[in-house]
Amino acid sequence: MSPGILGKKIGMTQMFREDGQAVPVTLLKTGPCMVVQRKTPTTDGYDAVQLGLLEFVKPQRINKPATGHLKKAGVEGAKFVREFTLRPGDDDFKAGDQVLVDQFKPKDKVDVIGVSKGRGFAGVVKRHHFRGGESSHGSMFHRAPGSIGASSFPSRVVPGMRMGGQMGNGRVTVRNLEVVDVDVEDNVLVVKGAVPGPNGGYVLVRRSKR
Amino acid sequence: MQNALLTKFINKNKRADAVPTFRPGDTIKVHVKIKEGDKERLQAFEGTVIARNNTGLGETITVRKVSFGHGVERIFPIHAKVIDHIDVVRTGRVRRAKLYYLRGLKGKAARLRERE
Repeated sequence: MSPGILGKKIGMTQMFREDGQAVPVTLLKTGPCMVVQRKTPTTDGYDAVQLGLLEFVKPQRINKPATGHLKKAGVEGAKFVREFTLRPGDDDFKAGDQVLVDQFKPKDKVDVIGVSKGRGFAGVVKRHHFRGGESSHGSMFHRAPGSIGASSFPSRVVPGMRMGGQMGNGRVTVRNLEVVDVDVEDNVLVVKGAVPGPNGGYVLVRRSKR
Repeated sequence: MQNALLTKFINKNKRADAVPTFRPGDTIKVHVKIKEGDKERLQAFEGTVIARNNTGLGETITVRKVSFGHGVERIFPIHAKVIDHIDVVRTGRVRRAKLYYLRGLKGKAARLRERE
């Protein structure tokens, strides 16, 4: 059993279960992946496996140190390389081993990690769901945050005050998504629910702990 | 543009066998599976298609009929497994995709001409 696999988000649709229930699903193109490096407690201090997603990449897009690192494992064309910690019960891997979607089967639970869509510098209404003020009738208070604290006491803004700022474009984990379908031929993993990031964005699919 | 793998997945899960080609304005008969206890039977709903919404596996149709003087509309997800099959009863010539104007018409005015 592999601890996880790397992939790309394809998009969302819905499908129907045998009992007629509609399920929202996200399609992920996962793998084929290759083990780039096997990290062991003796050499690296921890137990992990480094996977690379095999895809078409122009050789000049991967810098020379990375190319050398991949070459050691006999991997070519892997731009997206990530590590997975090995847990008891996981198979042992050697550098150069292949990891495919057939590792997963329907009803498995997975965590999907991706980079959320960036929304730039967002105000409090969008970022924290503040209600904002009335738009008309001379309200003069539209999307402003309002009061952020008292005056001479405490003379500062308390830490953690919700304000405008960068929203999105950060690592997001969605836990315990159900695997609904696995297409081994096309390397497609179908999970229930939404997955962070845009279509075409890279994702890590990790076997859930629980 | 839709990803080729997504298109393939949709085509694989489509109910191509149960869903014939029809257009808004056509009169169709939708046979729906109904579970009563542990028995299953079919119930037919016959009416005019007044709208087709969404694409892919989430596609739905709105079917309207007038039952005992009351307009009844049902929305069916056409790729759902509860739909057993759909029959086209007669075609109708219309000039728009959404026939919501039929809601305001009664009797003779709500008739549609047959398509050649």
